[in-house]
Amino acid sequence: MDFAFTAEQDALRAQARAFLSTHPEPTWRELAELGWTGVSVAEEHGGAGLGFLEEAILFEELGRALTHAPYWSTVAVVLPALPPDLQGEVARGEASWALATGPLLPDLDSVTRIAVPGGDSIWELEGAAREVLQTNDTTRPLGVVSGGAFGRVLSSSAVLPQLRARSLAALSLEACGVGARALELAVGYAKERVQFGKPIGTYQAISHPLATTLMELELGRSLALFAAWCITEDDERGALAAAAAKSLCADAAVAACERSIQVHGGIGFTWEHVLHRLYKRALWIQAWEASTAQLRAEVADHLLGGGA
Amino acid sequence: MDLRDTPDEALFRDGLCAWLETSLPEALRGHRGGAGRFSDDAVRDWSRALYEAGYVGLTWPKEYGGGGKPYSYQAIFLEELARAEAPQHLGVIGLGMAGPTIIACGTEAQKARYLQPLLSAHEIWCQGFSEPDAGSDLSAVRTSARLEDGHFVVDGQKVWSSYAHIADWCLLLTRSDPGSERHAGLTYLIVDMAAPGVEVRPLRQLTGEAEFNEIFFSGVRVSVDNVLGDIGGGWQVAMTTLLHERGTLGFALVAALEVMVRKLIELARDRGASPVQRDAIAREWIELQAHRYTAYRSLSALMKTGIPGPEGSILKQQWSEAAQRVTKLGLELLGSDAQLLAENAPYGGYWQHLQLRSRGNTIEAGTSEVLRNIIAERVLGLPRSR
Repeated sequence: MDFAFTAEQDALRAQARAFLSTHPEPTWRELAELGWTGVSVAEEHGGAGLGFLEEAILFEELGRALTHAPYWSTVAVVLPALPPDLQGEVARGEASWALATGPLLPDLDSVTRIAVPGGDSIWELEGAAREVLQTNDTTRPLGVVSGGAFGRVLSSSAVLPQLRARSLAALSLEACGVGARALELAVGYAKERVQFGKPIGTYQAISHPLATTLMELELGRSLALFAAWCITEDDERGALAAAAAKSLCADAAVAACERSIQVHGGIGFTWEHVLHRLYKRALWIQAWEASTAQLRAEVADHLLGGGA
Repeated sequence: MDLRDTPDEALFRDGLCAWLETSLPEALRGHRGGAGRFSDDAVRDWSRALYEAGYVGLTWPKEYGGGGKPYSYQAIFLEELARAEAPQHLGVIGLGMAGPTIIACGTEAQKARYLQPLLSAHEIWCQGFSEPDAGSDLSAVRTSARLEDGHFVVDGQKVWSSYAHIADWCLLLTRSDPGSERHAGLTYLIVDMAAPGVEVRPLRQLTGEAEFNEIFFSGVRVSVDNVLGDIGGGWQVAMTTLLHERGTLGFALVAALEVMVRKLIELARDRGASPVQRDAIAREWIELQAHRYTAYRSLSALMKTGIPGPEGSILKQQWSEAAQRVTKLGLELLGSDAQLLAENAPYGGYWQHLQLRSRGNTIEAGTSEVLRNIIAERVLGLPRSR
């Protein structure tokens, strides 16, 4: 039993943290040059031949940095459904993808290709018109497509549950990154901001909610990493673990941002401060795919049988 | 990262499960928690059976009678014990607190004298930390230890001491320098509970049982050979004890929560649950999984460093609140029947007892407020609040 990252995985996290702190707006090509878009692509197709656990590290770090790039939509949601040649394109940074699971598609402002389920297959949608809509979180805009035609068959639709589990686990990890950064900002501010003659972090009305935030984020992160491990190992518990993790991590991240805004006081309520952008990503994650209540209903069905 | 058992761990787990299957007396199954765990001779016999089968002190060094195994074996042991609903070893304080402290801070003579009988449940330990005026603020202890011709003479009162009424030894925190304050001038003593001047009175708690005791010391003579650590260095030793209390507790807590959540799900299947209740049950199951993998993560860290980190405080604090929510949910599912006691109570009064008992969970072994202070100061690095 070993629930720790390897030295290589720790090095990947350190590389990601360092790169993203100096390159807050990386291009898709830059992410490909770092090897990130091909982490799980086989070596003979130009990837690194690693697994979801390495991608998990990047989801967390990209969430933390609020990176505006279609990494989650491409790597978490579509990549395993692509044939090897198209995976190679992603690894080389020549293509990025979004999957149309409903009327709203993520990252339509930047993805180069669109996949759509139809019948018992997943197809490439070709020639569709796109409209990018105004969204709360401008780093992950939603949009709609119209028209177009089914092109190449990418894979069987039997992979859809696997894609959903990957999507939920990746969003859980992003949420962990978002929440951890919101907490760090709050802790940093609480150490420096002086009121009534003391740093406000001295007051338990400030410090205890932050301690609670840390605990919630750590519990959520444990479950998100478990889900990521299950997905890496094709463990049958992965789908339920990913749903459970998303319910916990999204809520923890939203709460972390809300408490951080409160601790910051007026400055946390301003447009110029980064907190509202972290908060909007957390809310995005909470809303996407299935709400916390919907995910818990899935868990309840699993535990107790069909609905009451 | 690999969450599967290693081949050796799997072998150990299989052997343990097979042993539990044949060795656990049916009368003891489900016999966990509450005051009953102390009085029953059967639990002492069970503790000795665990010892003879080699399941006690799994991670302790072999030279002191332990198994010399990695911490993961202790985790497997606690997991399977909980799944079988088997009672824990009677020497909870000895195994979790006294033993690790003696191993870390004791003399060779103390290790040779105390560790083996502790493992075999021939000697039971209790802990004397809290006092009427020293609860969360442990540094306020006033129980005095006066040095007189090679002996300490102990006077004072301790409170909230579990197992004291059956204990052979007490791990006692005293103030040996009468002029000292706070963390200085404290000395840790090993006290014979049969010594003249030691009086134990049971403390009846809001569940109606007496799991805890008050201990009164009047003129109790303790040899200087029974000092644990240095004279005047009691605070450092006490912190070692508390670190172990919280550090190795995680898996036992997760195991206890797993039993509660499993029974909650059975209860909901028996009696039905509204959509709101289903949502709450799902939440608790999800939290349980998060607790389990947090315990795994902190175990992996412990196996690397050998010292439990402050993460143990996270698990204990969140667990205590989860236990309060789960037991209250159990009562809610019982409806008006939740008010019945004794033979009329559904499921033998399991939920009624556990719900009341859970109010102590956020107080004992570090109140939630103290644990939040610890996390704020030692994990987040926020300034001290006092």
